[in-house]
Amino acid sequence: MLDILLFAVPAGLVILGALIVIFAKNPVHNSMGLVLTLASLAIIYITLNATFVAMVQMLVYAGAVMTLFLFVIMMIGVDKPDQTREEIKGQTLLVSGTLFILIGIISYVVIKSGFKWDLWFPAVDYSLEGTPDLIAGSLFTEWVLPFEMISILLIVATSAAIALAYDTKPKKKI
Amino acid sequence: MSTDLIIGLTKAVLILGLLLTNTILLIWLERKLVAGMQSRVGPDRAGPFGILQTVADAIKLLLKEQILPLKADRAMYLLAPILALVPSFLIFMIIPLGPSIDLVIQGESVNVDLVGANINVGVLFFLAISSIAVYSVVLAGWSSGSKYPLLGGVRASAQMISYEAAMGLALVPVILYSGSMSMTDIVQSQSGFLSSPIPILDSIVGFIPKWNIFPQFIAFAIFFIASIAEVNRAPFDLVEAEQELVGGFHTEYSGFRFAMFFLAEYINMFNMCAITATFFLGGWLGPTFSGFLPPFISAFMPAVWLGVKTFSLLFIYVWIRATLPRLRYDQLMELGWKRLIPISLVWLLLSSIVLGVREFGLPWS
Repeated sequence: MLDILLFAVPAGLVILGALIVIFAKNPVHNSMGLVLTLASLAIIYITLNATFVAMVQMLVYAGAVMTLFLFVIMMIGVDKPDQTREEIKGQTLLVSGTLFILIGIISYVVIKSGFKWDLWFPAVDYSLEGTPDLIAGSLFTEWVLPFEMISILLIVATSAAIALAYDTKPKKKI
Repeated sequence: MSTDLIIGLTKAVLILGLLLTNTILLIWLERKLVAGMQSRVGPDRAGPFGILQTVADAIKLLLKEQILPLKADRAMYLLAPILALVPSFLIFMIIPLGPSIDLVIQGESVNVDLVGANINVGVLFFLAISSIAVYSVVLAGWSSGSKYPLLGGVRASAQMISYEAAMGLALVPVILYSGSMSMTDIVQSQSGFLSSPIPILDSIVGFIPKWNIFPQFIAFAIFFIASIAEVNRAPFDLVEAEQELVGGFHTEYSGFRFAMFFLAEYINMFNMCAITATFFLGGWLGPTFSGFLPPFISAFMPAVWLGVKTFSLLFIYVWIRATLPRLRYDQLMELGWKRLIPISLVWLLLSSIVLGVREFGLPWS
């Protein structure tokens, strides 16, 4: 019973947050909806015993990224009416069509498996205690090259952003 | 009801009660201390030494009218005080108050950890929840629909993001020294006394407890400065600089909603000091005098030691507030990005080299 509650409440909040992101008119409300979704996802990770992933989710996405989003929205100001005009022709039709196909696939799988509960609640491997050790172990041995490559990529992106933002060349005299 | 559920709920209620009563004491203590440092008397009317002043203030705020500004964004305006209060209660969950104890509940004996939740990524939990705490300030500032709170909110988000980075980086050497991200293990790793391979030095440092503050003093200094900035206290209280921004992000709040911000601020202060004590001052470690004192008193000694350490740090907080003037905004940003973050990175490098040499020997030997 408690398991179902621990799954259903955060899952409902994920969907609620996603709906707020889509339907709210105000950008600040949208971003808070996204925060709700990300935080509820973290709760689901915790119930699956992946505490490390949950904490990183909270720290990076709900904490850092979304705070920056809010900061930018507040800096630009939200007084302007939103653009409601469609940028891509037939956007609504494409998105709703894709969504319809996705829902069809999911409901086909659920009906085919005969509404089994273990499909809804995958068995949790509680022997995976101490996920930081496991993640660090594979990151720094098996995947060390891709890991370091990504860090170089991030540094390149950061320095490119700084180079674009600050014009270090001396200004030409007219 | 299952035993786990009973233990969990009991812990939650106890932590709630502890934090709320503690805040009453803390606000009174700060007002008295600042008054003493400024040669004033401070609150002295309500109760002995004015100790009931905070209770009187709380009752006044509860009975006041709660104003909803016309231009406010209703949903976010009502959400912000709640978002301030929830993370402040959550953070205290991971602070261990003592070693685990054996209890008998519903006829079965269980081993109870004296910590809200003993998770193996406690440090990350602390950083994650304190990054969530930014939202209350930002949303309160934005949703009030007024320019001074908005400025306070924008300042807050920039300041808290900057100092969170320094705070997290200062904690990495501590994690490396302790070899764990669990708060319980970090406390355990600080038990015992310092030792040195050189015999003469060993007799000199041998009586100093093995707290992280001694090998990690720079990390402690960075963490302490960043924690003051993180809870928005003087000299980093630009978020609510009254000379510039009226009251900062909570200008438009009144009555109990204002009280919630106030409460959250003081609980955060207490949490930050308790966490600093846990990371750097050995947490609940200390002599329990189990032979001299009756057992039920010596069982409380770890919590008493944590309290003593926490309140010593809180005294320094108040002392700094009464002493230092507020930083200018560009000075604040410069201190965060150009001083604290580079120093913490260099310190991280040095600590890792020391640990590496200790573990694997010198590279040329």
